[in-house]
Amino acid sequence: MDTAIEVRDLVVDRGRRRVLHGISCAVPAGRVTGLLGPSGSGKTTLIRAIVGVQIVESGTVTVLGRPAGSPELRRQVGYVTQAPSVYADLSVRENARYFATLYGLDAHAADQAIRDVGLADAAGQLVGNLSGGQRSRASLACAMIGRPGLLVLDEPTVGQDPVLRADLWAKFHALAAEGTTLLVSSHVMDEAGRCDRLLLIREGRLIGDDSPAAIRAIAGTDDLEEAFLRLIRETERTEVPA
Amino acid sequence: MSVRITLATSGRILRQLRHDRRTVALLILVPALLLSLLYFMYDDAGPTFDRIALIMLGVFPFTIMFLVTSIAMLRERTTGTLERLLTTPLGKVDLLFGYGLAFGLAAAVQGTVAVAAAYWLLGLDTAGNTGLVVLVAVVNAVLGVALGLFCSAFARTEFQAVQFLPVVVLPQLLLCGLFVPRGQMSGWLQAVSDVMPLSYAVEALGQVGAHADPTATLWRDLAVVAGAAVVALVLAAATLRRRTP
Repeated sequence: MDTAIEVRDLVVDRGRRRVLHGISCAVPAGRVTGLLGPSGSGKTTLIRAIVGVQIVESGTVTVLGRPAGSPELRRQVGYVTQAPSVYADLSVRENARYFATLYGLDAHAADQAIRDVGLADAAGQLVGNLSGGQRSRASLACAMIGRPGLLVLDEPTVGQDPVLRADLWAKFHALAAEGTTLLVSSHVMDEAGRCDRLLLIREGRLIGDDSPAAIRAIAGTDDLEEAFLRLIRETERTEVPA
Repeated sequence: MSVRITLATSGRILRQLRHDRRTVALLILVPALLLSLLYFMYDDAGPTFDRIALIMLGVFPFTIMFLVTSIAMLRERTTGTLERLLTTPLGKVDLLFGYGLAFGLAAAVQGTVAVAAAYWLLGLDTAGNTGLVVLVAVVNAVLGVALGLFCSAFARTEFQAVQFLPVVVLPQLLLCGLFVPRGQMSGWLQAVSDVMPLSYAVEALGQVGAHADPTATLWRDLAVVAGAAVVALVLAAATLRRRTP
């Protein structure tokens, strides 16, 4: 199994608070990996470290064989932030075409990405007039344009209606089948079952790193939400008090 | 630095502007309306109106573009588009020159309308060419853009960003020679005035007002203003960090 992302002993402080306490994990290439954990657990910070925009205290992050944030990676990593980072005063098409130009691609590639996220009918609308779900899909389209080898998506399915959510997950798996590596964060445990592999994070520490089936087996339950709870209790029990 | 990305960025900024018709109307009409106000204040045309209106043709684009750019850049920071752009092949300089070019073009339209109104409707009279007035206005606007991009790095909110206007623009306006000729100021004030780029823009406009042909002083002053704009853009590039805490 090839590794797309390798994180070693990653420590990150934000302000005076330690947000990540020495995380080590690996994300397999060509798979959909879910980064799951409650809000405030450090998911976004870990994602920011992987795309190379986070100042880290110590540890290493290697992405597609290079240190995270290397200039060569800017063409190979697509990043969707949690809040949709597209221009609200431009139409969906104008946004997509601008991002296409940044990657040296044409309008055709931009229109294809808009169709891929199901926004073809809204392509001419200003992003500011779209619903929250449409807005985050517009943001997703802009990240998919360059056909990056790695897509890092911070909570892309929040606020989407169930049908679209299923469509997006199908799209993620289709991309993975073509060789794209996806890292998708979520705080909704019912999405965990849709991933090939799971990273469970809580309070800046990794408490699970395995396939959903293996996590179910370790925790002895079919319900991933319950499995997550059991893993948390397990970690707390074995933790040596400081 | 990529010309393609810089031009695409300018195009994107101008498209954003085009969707905001109220801002476009304000950008184009406000300087002309303020000049009309001056015209009535000074009892129709005359030498005092000529002197002040000419200076204002340089001051308005500088002030307006400073304000517009610092807010625009702050929005890039707060909405996360900046963080995203910096994970793409876009270079910092591409972004900043893209802004300079886009708002420089907007300033050219604004300057042309204001100059046309000043000369044809309000009877502004200068010895030199009107085209030179537009040129100084555009270079001055680019200076405003560059300082706006730089200052936006020190503001976290739009509330703070507008507070930089009195800090950066007003001292330059007070000391540029509009209120008291620079030669009559005390030595230390003159020294402060000498390091403020707006002083050179105002001097350049004075040259257009007094001489039929472009003077060496005019070209030197323009070069100083343009140089200050480039320095401010480079400083602004230094404030853009790909990695943040």
